[in-house]
Amino acid sequence: MRDLTIADVAEGLAAGTFSAAELAEDRLAALEAAAPLNAAVTATADRALAEARESDLRRARGDARGSLDGVPIVHKDIFCTEGVRTTAASRMLGDFVPPYESAVTARLKAAGAVTLAKTNMDEFAMGSSSGTSWFGPVVSPWKAAGDDRDRVPGGSSGGSSALVAARVVPGATGTDTGGSIRQPAAFCGIVGMKPTYGRCSRWGIIAFASSLDQAGPMTRTVRDAALMLGAMAGHDPRDSTSADAEVPDFAAAAAGDVRGLRIGIPAEYRVEGMPGTVEALWTRGAGWLRDAGAEIVELSLPHTSCALPTYYIVAPAEASSNLARYDGVRYGLRVGAGTVDEQFSRTRGEGFGAEVRRRVLIGTYVLSAGYYDAYYRKAQRVRALVARDFAEAFGRVDAILTPTAPTPAFACGERSGDPIAMYLNDVFTVPASLAGLPAISVPAGLDPDGLPLGLQLIARPFDEATLFGVAGTLEAAAGFAAVPGFVR
Amino acid sequence: MALDRGTVGRMAVLARIEIAPEELDGLAAELGSILNWVEALAEVDTDDVAEMTGAGRSSAPWRADEADDGGYPERVLANAPEMVGGFFAVPKVVE
Repeated sequence: MRDLTIADVAEGLAAGTFSAAELAEDRLAALEAAAPLNAAVTATADRALAEARESDLRRARGDARGSLDGVPIVHKDIFCTEGVRTTAASRMLGDFVPPYESAVTARLKAAGAVTLAKTNMDEFAMGSSSGTSWFGPVVSPWKAAGDDRDRVPGGSSGGSSALVAARVVPGATGTDTGGSIRQPAAFCGIVGMKPTYGRCSRWGIIAFASSLDQAGPMTRTVRDAALMLGAMAGHDPRDSTSADAEVPDFAAAAAGDVRGLRIGIPAEYRVEGMPGTVEALWTRGAGWLRDAGAEIVELSLPHTSCALPTYYIVAPAEASSNLARYDGVRYGLRVGAGTVDEQFSRTRGEGFGAEVRRRVLIGTYVLSAGYYDAYYRKAQRVRALVARDFAEAFGRVDAILTPTAPTPAFACGERSGDPIAMYLNDVFTVPASLAGLPAISVPAGLDPDGLPLGLQLIARPFDEATLFGVAGTLEAAAGFAAVPGFVR
Repeated sequence: MALDRGTVGRMAVLARIEIAPEELDGLAAELGSILNWVEALAEVDTDDVAEMTGAGRSSAPWRADEADDGGYPERVLANAPEMVGGFFAVPKVVE
């Protein structure tokens, strides 16, 4: 049952080859065996077995709900789950048990998906290594050849990417603010998809930067990502930024072809210091799409180099505002002290880790009197220019192809002392985030040390259908079949 | 731009995050280098460019001004660190 995709599971359940309950028990055992990866914060065995039994009963009645009914998945521990501790990997929420279920996890539950665990992540989704968690770092199931050091799974959705790559589950939820689904997917050799901003409801997702946060699927195939997104997406009046847009049949789109499509290659993504193997894979990817009938178009996105600094003003600003709610009064950690102000400061001083503290302070600074215009307002204007570059490009092309990350996975602890070096991981993913565009990372090859590399595709707003079609073509051409050492 | 420990201390007060005095210099250097790096944006010509506040719709949707949720104080209070008589409790703020 280890190597089954979501589509395989749906087939096996429909044919009666196994039951949802058998599958859930088998996968819970696999989750336990994967404990050395530290990828799960909370196992939800009771919920999983109950959901699996309900799924089996539905199927026996002839009431099965579709491709996700009975499929075991895991959720990033940033989605509130009713009655199940939800921490955002922060000491601040170490004992928080939400009295409600997030919109996205509720939709997956309604589609019949079976939740096995809540996954580890960077604290409040701030990071690119899943190393800032209060529960300790996540370890990737991959290792470089001849190098026994643990590798990072990427972040912030690194627990989700590690468990999908380690064949514990065929699918997982993640959230992506500046690359937190796509970069860990690339590092772990899986598919990670960030839909258009507004496609999935943010209701019940612990907020980091509200104008950027989006939920999305992490799977081993493009088709599975399409199946999962179909269940996750949809309008929700409880999130005022949720889009009232039709949800097309993404899975059908994933089988589409690229003949006649124009694929853009942006010159500015050829950054200094990018390893030759990343650039070679990118060129190969363009060749695969050309061979499949697409036209490759060189183009320019002139404000690309501004995207990362813009993001590191906008995201911390929004985070400083969003995280103001953690005051030790209504929920979460409280560190008692004399006055209420002292209580706030001690609670937040002890409750937040180093990276969260750093970002809240940067955000406070760029929003403070005297600096607001020079930093925050300026960044909002540059953000408009980054988005305009894409809008102009999409007048000429149907999708854009880039590497997902400038390097393969680095060793655990390697970049934790240098915030800016860590931020540079997101150089290729942040621009699409700022513009709110759908983007997907597809596993496309291995570097000379045997570590996975991903290619990213970006499409027009709400054109996930085209994105899945091109991604499916890329996936078929790449034929990525490598399995991490942890599984072998 | 170089940040001094006094500025970091003021931000910490605004953000209500207690920081030990011996951490201020290190944080000032760290945050200063991040601000230095984002300052590259000053070079970008943004005259006549309107601020982009979000990626989605430009205005918030309207709905009827009616309560559509609530009426379960015990669930709202379930995670409270401290409560008294059905209310959240905090240290005395008014003498």
